[in-house]
Amino acid sequence: MARFLVGRVLQGVFVLWAAYTLSFAVLYALPSDPAAIAAGANNSVTPEQLAELRHEMGLDRPLAGQYLAKLGGALHGDLGTSLQSGEPVTSLIGAALPPTLAVAGLGLVLGALLGTGLAVLATVTPYRWLRQALLGLPPLGVAIPSFVVGLLLLQWFAFAWNVLPAIGEGGWRGLVLPAATIAVQPAALIGQVLARSMEGELGKDYVDVARAKGAGPFRVNVRHVLRNAALPTLTLAGLLVGGLLTGAIVVEAVFSRNGLGRITQGAVAAEDLPVVQGVVLLGAAVFVTVNLAVDLLYQVLDPRLAIERRTAGTARFTLFGLAGRG
Amino acid sequence: MSVTDLARPAGERRPGPGTARRPGLPRAVLRSLAVLLRHPGAALSALWIVLVVAAAVAPSLFAPGDPLAIDPAARLQGPSLDHLFGTDRLGRDLFGETVHGTGRTLPAAALATVVGLGAGTLLGLLAGFLRAATDLVIMRLIDVLLSIPGLLLALMLVAVLGEGDTLDVGIAIGVAAVASTARVMRAEVLRVSESGFVEAARTGGARWTRVVLRHVLPNSLGPVWVLTLLLFGEAILGVTTLSFLGFGAQPPTPEWGALVSSGRDFLGSAWWLSLLPGAVVALTVLAANRVSHAVEERTGRR
Amino acid sequence: MSAALLEVEDLAVRYRTRRSAVRAVEAATFTVGEGETVAIVGESGSGKSTTAYALLGLLPRSAAVTGGRIGFAGRDLAGLPERGWRELRGRQIALIPQDPGTSLNPVQRIGAQVAEALRLSGNADRGTVRARTLELLADAGLPDPEVRARQYPSQLSGGMRQRALIAIAIAARPRLIVADEPTSALDVTVQRRILDHIGGLVRESGTSLLLITHDLGVAAERADRVLVMRAGAIVEQGAPGDVLAAPRDPYTRALIDAAPGLARTPRPRRLELAALPGGAPGDPFADARPAPAPAGDDGTAPPVVAVEDLTKDFRLPRSADRPGTLRAVDGVSLAIARGRTYGLVGESGSGKSTIARLILRLADPTSGRILLGGEDVTAARGARQRLLRRRMQIVHQNPFASLDPRRSVEQIVTDPLASFGLGSRARRRHRAKELIDLVALPAAVLGRRPAELSGGQRQRVAIARALVLNPELVVCDEPVSALDVSVQAQILDLLAALQSELGVSYLFISHDLAVVRHIADEVGVLHRGRLVESGPTEQIFAAARHAYTRELLDAIPGRR
Repeated sequence: MARFLVGRVLQGVFVLWAAYTLSFAVLYALPSDPAAIAAGANNSVTPEQLAELRHEMGLDRPLAGQYLAKLGGALHGDLGTSLQSGEPVTSLIGAALPPTLAVAGLGLVLGALLGTGLAVLATVTPYRWLRQALLGLPPLGVAIPSFVVGLLLLQWFAFAWNVLPAIGEGGWRGLVLPAATIAVQPAALIGQVLARSMEGELGKDYVDVARAKGAGPFRVNVRHVLRNAALPTLTLAGLLVGGLLTGAIVVEAVFSRNGLGRITQGAVAAEDLPVVQGVVLLGAAVFVTVNLAVDLLYQVLDPRLAIERRTAGTARFTLFGLAGRG
Repeated sequence: MSVTDLARPAGERRPGPGTARRPGLPRAVLRSLAVLLRHPGAALSALWIVLVVAAAVAPSLFAPGDPLAIDPAARLQGPSLDHLFGTDRLGRDLFGETVHGTGRTLPAAALATVVGLGAGTLLGLLAGFLRAATDLVIMRLIDVLLSIPGLLLALMLVAVLGEGDTLDVGIAIGVAAVASTARVMRAEVLRVSESGFVEAARTGGARWTRVVLRHVLPNSLGPVWVLTLLLFGEAILGVTTLSFLGFGAQPPTPEWGALVSSGRDFLGSAWWLSLLPGAVVALTVLAANRVSHAVEERTGRR
Repeated sequence: MSAALLEVEDLAVRYRTRRSAVRAVEAATFTVGEGETVAIVGESGSGKSTTAYALLGLLPRSAAVTGGRIGFAGRDLAGLPERGWRELRGRQIALIPQDPGTSLNPVQRIGAQVAEALRLSGNADRGTVRARTLELLADAGLPDPEVRARQYPSQLSGGMRQRALIAIAIAARPRLIVADEPTSALDVTVQRRILDHIGGLVRESGTSLLLITHDLGVAAERADRVLVMRAGAIVEQGAPGDVLAAPRDPYTRALIDAAPGLARTPRPRRLELAALPGGAPGDPFADARPAPAPAGDDGTAPPVVAVEDLTKDFRLPRSADRPGTLRAVDGVSLAIARGRTYGLVGESGSGKSTIARLILRLADPTSGRILLGGEDVTAARGARQRLLRRRMQIVHQNPFASLDPRRSVEQIVTDPLASFGLGSRARRRHRAKELIDLVALPAAVLGRRPAELSGGQRQRVAIARALVLNPELVVCDEPVSALDVSVQAQILDLLAALQSELGVSYLFISHDLAVVRHIADEVGVLHRGRLVESGPTEQIFAAARHAYTRELLDAIPGRR
């Protein structure tokens, strides 16, 4: 287990490093001049002052040197400073994180509950029409852009019926609509994948055997089918959490909330590269962490993997892709 | 009577009337038409796609005149027969703007699809067929691309490419889609390469170029074709989302996402300004997904 | 015969498909007495499994009982609501399913799955369930029940899983056990032990058994009565001796003729072949057939293929407590004479397919030599290796995977010609026609795609492709094991006839000694990578020396 863990952590670190390098390569290939952005629209800056600023920011050094210096800083938790505000990127992101976490967290819980409920209900219901209706929902949820979902909810709940505030600040009431908006995508994805997975499991022989034992529908569907069907759904987690981050960008724009999304939108618009890179790294870190957690969870939940590991005694160290390739 | 008679080999199995023997494109087209007729949902979806594409190519067919023409007498009017989608705060006809917006949104989404599919398919084919070191490098690259949430990756590229042009946004969305396409293609190539007929072709003395071009590639493209429309739908979502956030087409250029964005200030009083273009986006994505699903059902599982 | 426990009368089952209803079972009438073992025999699609599942009320959503009576212990079960079935399943009627690989819940321990059956039947309470579970596992013949109960299905072999499923079936002491092809997914020697065990259990407890099988030999050997099903109807029933000795229905007779294990002597080869296509080995368009192979010093021709001391190791994932390699093939030597057939027999994992791949040079041996017509080709690479391919071809096990689904039959058959650039387009087309004719398919199939052909037809196409280059050797890797018995017989006849006509040699790989007996001149028995016994076929059958060979021979149904 320890070797497995070490292998997976190393792999995660590699992905993070590569994401850093990739974002550096992409962002600093930019033709624009970060020093000019930092100096702002202030026309009184002389070319000499600009050159001095460039020197201060290390922009006159060769690209490789800049990369190494920045990477060294990143390893010590220093992601540079915002070109717009001059604040350190880490504290900027740190301050914006809590409101985003609240919306995204609530949205994920809501989405998971809705999606699971939908899939289970669609699978166990004896009524064909109900099943068809339920299974028709996820494709709809995937197709409607989340900014439209947000605006629809606003229109109904805030303007037409006037039951919830239109601006998503302050108190739990302001959290409801943004969280509901962000929940639609995960709910649709989980519902779709889980329903299909349950359908597939229902056709398997062990279900016949369970029924032949005299097991009733609840026991068959929950004890046997749901547990097996949930495993492939778990692999969606990384994708879903990544989607929450980008969902937050849209939701915060629609509901005028402060948070990570607002910062990202502003940073891209202003070409505030250190901030953009910081957010990209955060996204990659979240993805890597969630996938690591899912992998560990899988080891606990799926005995087949645990057995394979125990008897083979090898870490699934796939950093160089050598294992598991038959 | 012998076993030979019983199992009825050979000639007695005539092809049914539905299976014309001539292979090739016409049969495929006829077959797809027949499939669509049997699934009215998919047929309507396909019709919608055709209409939207037509609107992108020749918007004047649907909405003659200048979409940006201002009519101060007809400001913020609700949907009516004169103005199907109502009018905005300057009295512009929203239907006309939406129709003309198609010509911005669709080409960007199509570009994204071409970039995502083209690069992804190539990478997947290389990784799956050459294996070894090539596979290793490509797979690591894909891992990294996958670790960055798609929209964020696109936003990063937009920050570099500049925010002025919808086509730049299309390229950004396309790059964000490369990783998943490459993964699908690689898995498919690996699966096909293991199958008996590829081994039979090798035993038959085929050179590796012949194996790839005649056997592996045609048989692995199936899922990629299914992906095309799915990806197109996702690209529309991506492009409109980015322009909703203010990247891409700038007002007053009509573009679906930008229209929704500029209408949202009037949500309480003139809901149609943002919600009707939004509905068009949703319908188009839904239609693309539906048709893709129908194609998958037809061809995907043998 | 004792009083009937199960009385099925005019049972009809239909499947609804999108466009039509398919009658899977029609007017099936039979009885199973108390303590009796009845076997239903039929090929795929005959409705035998549908009948079995109808008796348990486990038909899929798309199927329904549309007529008839299922009388069980005096009650009519047809039209019973789901709740009623639940009372019955497990307690009164139990199932032993077909595929032990997929029939156990993969994320639940074996013990828990047996215990569930006990609990649901009300035969054990919280206090006794553990002890009863272990007892049942032991009764089912699982060694170390304590250990097995704590394990997951993936840790058990196929045979052990099937025993766990038997434990589940007997948990509630049912009155009737329906066994749906309980051993067809298992190796032959395991098959026999499992069937023996089931037989012993039902005899001891007086349980009735309905055995569903495709194998007439198994049915005849184990059942008190045999029913033969074809196309949804029961065409024959009676005591096994009567059915075998004097079948009334022509289909039964055909099945008996086709069953490799039942015929006492090799069947006469009775296929007439069309005209002989010309050409030289490796090139059908060359002018003349070659002169006979040069005679060696002692007057005998060298074998077409010989392998000497062939060994193949596979690397395993690194591990502390295991060697780093698996020896799949261990010092195998054999020779195949011109125009003869060498049968290579072994169970799954014995290394027989690896040997085929090594000879075809699709994989490299760890050590040993491969001689083709006396010439060492072990190290042949590149262009030379490609030229070898003109002399050796393969027919795969699964005709559904071995034909490119996107190409027409003509393209498939002529693919090797195109690969080597032999002949003009017209000559290739002519050659394809010749071969399709040779394998007894109508010329009309040339324009079709594999999906439009039946399994037997596809295998004929695969044989045509293998022969198109006039090879000296064709490796047949389990060429009939995916096919129904009657189709099997046709393909075996075809292969034999082609050999006498063309003089081609076969390496015939199979897990089934009975099949090999009908086609091979010489047999080699493979066990864990080693060739434990080899010799002329009849000699092996008459006087096997190695214990493993004798075990395999005993496992052939209908040979007792």
